[in-house]
Amino acid sequence: MATELEPPGTSVPPDDLIKAVPLRRPGRIVVAVVLVVLLALFIYGAATNSAYEWSTFGSYLFDQRISQAALITLELTVISMVIAVILGVFLAVMRMSDNPVLKSVAWLYLWIFRGTPIYVQLVFWGLITTIYKHIDLGVPFMVQFVHLDTGSWLTPFVMAFLGLGLNEAAYMAEIVRAGIGSVDEGQHEAAVALAMTWGQTMRRVVLPQAMRVIIPPTGNEVISMLKTTSLVIGVPYTADLYSVSRQIGGVLYRPIPLLLVASAWYLAITSVLMVGQYFLEKRYSRGASRVLTTKQLQALATAQSAGPADGGKA
Amino acid sequence: MTQSVPSVSVAPDGQPGNLMVDARSVQKHFGALQVLKGITLQVKPREVMCLVGPSGSGKSTFLRCINHLEKVTAGRLYVDGELVGYEERGHKLHELHPKRAAAQRRDIGMVFQRFNLFPHMNALDNVIEAPMMVKGEKKSAAIERGRALLDQVGLASKEKAYPAQLSGGQQQRVAIARALAMQPKLMLFDEPTSALDPELVGEVLDVMRNLASEGMTMIVVTHEMGFAREVGDHLVFMDAGVVVEAGPPREVLANPQHERTKAFLSKVL
Repeated sequence: MATELEPPGTSVPPDDLIKAVPLRRPGRIVVAVVLVVLLALFIYGAATNSAYEWSTFGSYLFDQRISQAALITLELTVISMVIAVILGVFLAVMRMSDNPVLKSVAWLYLWIFRGTPIYVQLVFWGLITTIYKHIDLGVPFMVQFVHLDTGSWLTPFVMAFLGLGLNEAAYMAEIVRAGIGSVDEGQHEAAVALAMTWGQTMRRVVLPQAMRVIIPPTGNEVISMLKTTSLVIGVPYTADLYSVSRQIGGVLYRPIPLLLVASAWYLAITSVLMVGQYFLEKRYSRGASRVLTTKQLQALATAQSAGPADGGKA
Repeated sequence: MTQSVPSVSVAPDGQPGNLMVDARSVQKHFGALQVLKGITLQVKPREVMCLVGPSGSGKSTFLRCINHLEKVTAGRLYVDGELVGYEERGHKLHELHPKRAAAQRRDIGMVFQRFNLFPHMNALDNVIEAPMMVKGEKKSAAIERGRALLDQVGLASKEKAYPAQLSGGQQQRVAIARALAMQPKLMLFDEPTSALDPELVGEVLDVMRNLASEGMTMIVVTHEMGFAREVGDHLVFMDAGVVVEAGPPREVLANPQHERTKAFLSKVL
């Protein structure tokens, strides 16, 4: 063969794709085996341990009271998060304002709502009808337009989502602020130079780009909120998933399987939320990267192989 | 001969009249720092003025004053006869409401060194955004003109591409189309080719050259002396916040009068 006669430096490597022998990593294999064994032992133990009472778990997993409570937990999560996001955007914008009063008020809000425990806040909300018996709107000491008895509309459910939402707004404000801060200043300038107003600039240019930074932590906050709803017992509000599971478990004297039921529902809802977060992130990452998607790569490969310039190799 | 005022100046008490840009002793302070120390110059409609000078000389700041991205702190600046950013009422200047300031910018297009395209919108959406949002144009009409503008800058086939998928030169051409979509009377270019690879500079300058030949009034901050010589009606050399020298580009470039101009040109030519 001709290759034997060529000096080593000039030999042309073969044209076919490299098929290298993969590197062995014995340490990883050992750790993986140990983990699998431990996991198997745990599952076997859980399945055979009578304390878990899997039959009770099975019969209450789809109990109507449980699914009803799960729905209420979901409602609490959604309503609180909507309040938190809207209020959070306002607080973030206030914190970035040039006006010292707006800035300070936002800072004060964050300081109080982030600086005290959510459980304590919820207990406070439960007592609010004692603290404020009615709300009057009007000119102080002169005219009164609206008079509301707090007791008539501040039900435990309302207090629960207000407590959760107003607390969460403080965290959302920081997330939104970080998101807005992450958008290049040139974007704002370009929009202003195109004669867009502040509102248009925010809505059309800055916030859509901030979303890429805002959504992942917000997704975490939603998932976190779902679980924080279990604290509304502090109000006290007792129709949510955790409270109802505790009540049923207490009546049956079987708290463990009912806790498992509640956990299973929390896990299931969290999983659904994670899928939603994935699609949202995808939607708002448009134009963020020049890396091509699998679909686009495939289209390019098809175009290349169909093209006349590269008409197959002999 | 070159002189400090590049164009026919109006009488001191005359109306800014048929000048596109009329800057009278424009100053700009950032706190204690004075960046512009009294810039006086005029640009007539259909003229192209090139601003050159070392970095930090205030040329970009002056450009940004023209569309009120920066507030003028002393002197007066008129665009098409209208005082920029302020309103004179009873011998006092009042700040303009942001909406009125925005209205003043409608007729002024701006192209940035770093393109500043909206990365979450494709090329066509970048171009039609402002006409739709600011002028309330119908989407179909905006798209039709947006496509024509992309065609004009040679990017008809790229309307669906996002900025990250375009080269620097292509991005800058989209940015020019985006500014033109507002049908401006005046175009400001802030070092439009400084962020580009050398091989991509030409395609952007070609677009600007065509624009100038169609009679667009342009103020261009640039280091491209060839472009200034060929396209510019005026060349203004700025240094340390003042206009050092101004005149027809060929004269200033071939025969600079001032030492600072000579020193600068010897480095860039």
